[in-house]
Amino acid sequence: MSKAADILVIDDEQVVRDAVVKITMLDNYTVDAAANVKSAIEKISKNYYAIIICDIMMPDGDGFQILEELHNRNIGSSVIMTTGYSTVENAVNSLYNGALDFIPKPFTVDELLSSVFRASKYQRIKKKQKQFLGKNDDVELLYVTCPAKYLRLGYASWIYEERVGSVLLGVCDLFLKTIESVKEIELLKAEEVLMQGISCISITSIAERIHKILSPVSGRIVEVNENLLNNSSLIEKDPYFEGWVYRVIPTDIEYEKKHLIKDSSELL
Amino acid sequence: MFKKIGFRLIFAVALTSLTIIGVFAYFNVQSHSRGLLHEVERHANQLGETVISSTRFDMMLNQRDRIQQVINSIGTQPQIRDVRILNKVGKIIYSSDTTNINQMVDKKAESCYACHSANAPLEKISITARTRIFQIDSGSSRVMGIITPIYNGKSCWQAACHVHPKDQKVLGVLDVTISLAEVDETIQKSELEIVVFALVAILGVGLLIGFFVRRWVSLPINSLLSATKQVSMGNLNYSIKNMGDDEIGMLAYSFNNMTKKLSEARMQLFQSDKMASLGRLAAGVAHEINNPLTGVLTYSSFLLKRTQDNAEYQEDLKVIVRETLRCREIVKSLLDFARQTVPKKNYADINEIIERAIGVIENQLSLNKVKIIKELDNYLPKITVDANQIQQVFINLFVNASDAIGENGGALTVTTHQISLSPYGVAQIKKALCPKRHSLIDNDFKIGGLPSLKVKVISENNDGIIHLDPVYGKHRNHFDLGFSVTKDAKFVCPDCNISLILNNKRCPECGSALLAFETNGQGIYEVCSSEKNNWEKWEFVDSAGLSEYIEIKINDTGSGINSEDLSKIFEPFFSTKGQKGTGLGLAVIWGIIDNHNGTITVESEVGKGTTFVIRLPLTQQR
Repeated sequence: MSKAADILVIDDEQVVRDAVVKITMLDNYTVDAAANVKSAIEKISKNYYAIIICDIMMPDGDGFQILEELHNRNIGSSVIMTTGYSTVENAVNSLYNGALDFIPKPFTVDELLSSVFRASKYQRIKKKQKQFLGKNDDVELLYVTCPAKYLRLGYASWIYEERVGSVLLGVCDLFLKTIESVKEIELLKAEEVLMQGISCISITSIAERIHKILSPVSGRIVEVNENLLNNSSLIEKDPYFEGWVYRVIPTDIEYEKKHLIKDSSELL
Repeated sequence: MFKKIGFRLIFAVALTSLTIIGVFAYFNVQSHSRGLLHEVERHANQLGETVISSTRFDMMLNQRDRIQQVINSIGTQPQIRDVRILNKVGKIIYSSDTTNINQMVDKKAESCYACHSANAPLEKISITARTRIFQIDSGSSRVMGIITPIYNGKSCWQAACHVHPKDQKVLGVLDVTISLAEVDETIQKSELEIVVFALVAILGVGLLIGFFVRRWVSLPINSLLSATKQVSMGNLNYSIKNMGDDEIGMLAYSFNNMTKKLSEARMQLFQSDKMASLGRLAAGVAHEINNPLTGVLTYSSFLLKRTQDNAEYQEDLKVIVRETLRCREIVKSLLDFARQTVPKKNYADINEIIERAIGVIENQLSLNKVKIIKELDNYLPKITVDANQIQQVFINLFVNASDAIGENGGALTVTTHQISLSPYGVAQIKKALCPKRHSLIDNDFKIGGLPSLKVKVISENNDGIIHLDPVYGKHRNHFDLGFSVTKDAKFVCPDCNISLILNNKRCPECGSALLAFETNGQGIYEVCSSEKNNWEKWEFVDSAGLSEYIEIKINDTGSGINSEDLSKIFEPFFSTKGQKGTGLGLAVIWGIIDNHNGTITVESEVGKGTTFVIRLPLTQQR
């Protein structure tokens, strides 16, 4: 496989393709474009793209077919799903089926760039990890994986079911590793309502990029981690225990669990 | 005219009173005339006795002239027609009519017959036997005759004249005949009076009944009739004005109630349809708008990034970006409204959901001094719902209530309880099999959003598929065949051509063939094969009786909604909150409740408050 471009954008709308090309070129990415599922699969089979920005609804199929194709061919591209029909189900399904991120249309330049940034960082971590694993038998991961019994939405957020019927909610270490150091965390308040697949945490990095994290569950926030508000670096130091974000009373966890990933081995 | 209920009633009443008065009058006249005759009879008898005793002395002395004189003078009295004395052989000895004297009277004559009917003449007979009423000739008035026997006495055979021997018992008879003209006239008069009275009474009763029938029956029935005509023409808002509390009044009340319920049901159906199509439209529009909006937003934010040193451009571009973001939010709420996803249903406790919803906005409510009154039924069964969506419904309704109450405070009452409603028009046929166990459910042809039942029709040389409504009692069947179905057409399974027609039963309404579907554990569903008839029967569902619902009432003491707005509040983009809302909240709520096969209705009075009533089925159909 030859390396043609960094990014493949798949969208049936010319204006969206052009916009994505223009924006990603701001950060010096090279971009290829496909207008439908068929030509996209052709391109994927010929070239390797580190990042794929994929629309869900297209005239000859949907973006989930691309995800399936990538999975079947064992291609490790990072996929950012996007759609004008941005429903919670689409978001959650995308992440469950292997997409790295979901950004609803219409998006701003910053939203797209921060997502692309994370995707490329993810690719770099992956590459590095592979080299690392190749050299050394004594496996040392570059990030901390989710502990057992934790459930996660894609690679971004996790929940842990407490015995009393509430769940703890936090951010996965791999997600934190794909962004620069945390400068500021913007959180919701107690008593506010979460929806699965809707952004619930907003992290501003020291590079002033804003990274939004989709909630893995629906429910009502009963407690916000006070320590995290005082010391935002706690989330990076101990993302799975001391660095939890919300304590939530979930409304429909049995149903929503179906779209969460159980095994602790992460995407790579 | 005779078909009118009022006329029939009057006729029946008149007939009844005619019979009663007739019978009464008959017996009355009878007894009256009997009394009169009796009186005349007594009078005549007395007269006879008087004549005999007054002439006795003259008879003893055998002074026949004097006897004749007495009889003559009695005979001149106006009512007395004739006074005669006959001797033992029937010869008239004395008579007021002197021309008759010495004539013989036959034994068979009226005067003699009573005693001489037997061979041996009677010596003593009762007064009634001595009396007879007869007409001398057909033109004259009736006459009463009374005979008084003159018995032999000691003084008679010892008298000097020695006319009568000792062994003779009866010496002769006095025969008095009295004209009954006056009596007959009296009887006739009273008969006439009674007939006139009867006619007047019948007329009076008829008029009276007519008046009341008109007032209590005809007029109310006419207004009921015009109401049904109005309703059949589609005017479901027509209501009959108060008609009292009798049976017809109750009928009118129940009629009003029925049209009200019908109009509600129609509204709900209409709304359901409208919402579904609007939902599809909104989803389509949102999707289409989002793509060009992506162009605008990306290019404008792109320009914003690239012109960071040009303050003038920056200002304008920021406006573009800001307004485009605003568009994004509007489209997002449109999509929320349009979301036609299957609710994520779980077993949940409605009371718990309400508690949670209250928990979420408790702070806001207490800020507005809203007192929350919970009247929750503790024995409410759990129900399969999308807890999130239902909670969203409650939160939205509570927030609306809080907004309606304003800053001066008020009360928000939430009531839950279980109710029973009829399943007709609600129950859905989810599985239908032919006798060879092929599924007859057509997922590609939906009626009201639900997979229909498919049946192949073979009529002469044509064949085609008809689709039947899967909802029991809704009848939205599709018979778009393009050819007419003959009487002996076959209705078969599209997969194996096995007949679906019931052999031993025909439609009880039109006699057409009946189709039977095995519903897999829910008995047989039967439906008339005729396009024109809506007969159907689903024993399983019918026998299950009423369906159980959970009813949730949310009442506030807020400003209320005027009736003009009330009919529009579930429409998308209708808002009374001005810039504050998108007008999608209640439309979304409506969609959620509809997705749960439930209903939501609203009642409101300006200045008094608003009540939302939500009904959710205890067992889910979809």
